[in-house]
Amino acid sequence: MQALYSAPETLIRTPSHYCPGCGHGIAHRLLAEIIDELGIRGKTIGLAPVGCSVLAYNYLDIDMCEAAHGRPPAIATGIKRVHPDNIVFTYQGDGDLAAIGMAEIVHAASRAENITVIFINNAIYGMTNGQLAPTTLLNQRTTTTPEGRDPLTHGYPIRICELLATLEGASFLARTSLSSPKDVSQTKEALKKGFKTQIEKKGFSLIEVLSPCPVYWRMSPVESLKFIEEKMTQTFPLGVFKDWEKTVSAPGGQATKV
Amino acid sequence: MARVSIAVGLCKGCELCIPFCPHDSLTMSRHLNEHGLPTVYFKEDHPCSGCKYCAVMCPEAAIEIFK
Repeated sequence: MQALYSAPETLIRTPSHYCPGCGHGIAHRLLAEIIDELGIRGKTIGLAPVGCSVLAYNYLDIDMCEAAHGRPPAIATGIKRVHPDNIVFTYQGDGDLAAIGMAEIVHAASRAENITVIFINNAIYGMTNGQLAPTTLLNQRTTTTPEGRDPLTHGYPIRICELLATLEGASFLARTSLSSPKDVSQTKEALKKGFKTQIEKKGFSLIEVLSPCPVYWRMSPVESLKFIEEKMTQTFPLGVFKDWEKTVSAPGGQATKV
Repeated sequence: MARVSIAVGLCKGCELCIPFCPHDSLTMSRHLNEHGLPTVYFKEDHPCSGCKYCAVMCPEAAIEIFK
């Protein structure tokens, strides 16, 4: 029998620690597929964050390094500058990148570091049992906002792609989701473009992936995909915000000249 | 005709594959795997066009498709 689809070689096929229906598994698989397709398995170095995906190195058969909370862009900067021929990526969640690691990501982007950042946005703190994250939607219930996120008390969600699009150092910024097979394919294309940006030495690339967290959103995995489509994309519109190959008009912002 | 192969030891029964199957060929099994989790199974008498939607949505990379 001929295999139409089989798991990528870079992915270590072992039972993961992720909850059923978690988007991290899909993102890991896409990452492994891209590494296989680009043939860069031997020279890729990944940075795992603090958060649910802290054990990402158990699932990807490549060199990986663990960083302090929020600091993968800083460690990636050091690794990339010492090993400019290696492909360096960071894999970060919203608690890691948008909360404690905000300074690192903004400065790595403004320095135009030639690294690729994969930002998994699930609008909640998953590892610590579902507290409010900087990306939590307005009126979304979490364990620390049981009545829903109120902007007067808890502020507004941060849109990372729009924020970084104002920096000249960022070369490729895109937001995709994992809510349907089509969206997963678009996520794969965007991730591939991110790696291509780095391989061609075009500078900083970040791909924000809207990912389901069914357990702490308190819904079934299938309902959580609908939540992304109907609610999350209202606050976080999908699209390419900056592309070094062409001038794009960022949703809700000014057109960026590359 | 293609067929879906599910690694029962990896499946967690999240059901993300089921609604995306255009032929309704996947369903939940009453069998629990070695981790005590419910799993999905492929209805052998149903068709499979090899669209790979189930494999694309599977967070555990538990699905492989053969022709």
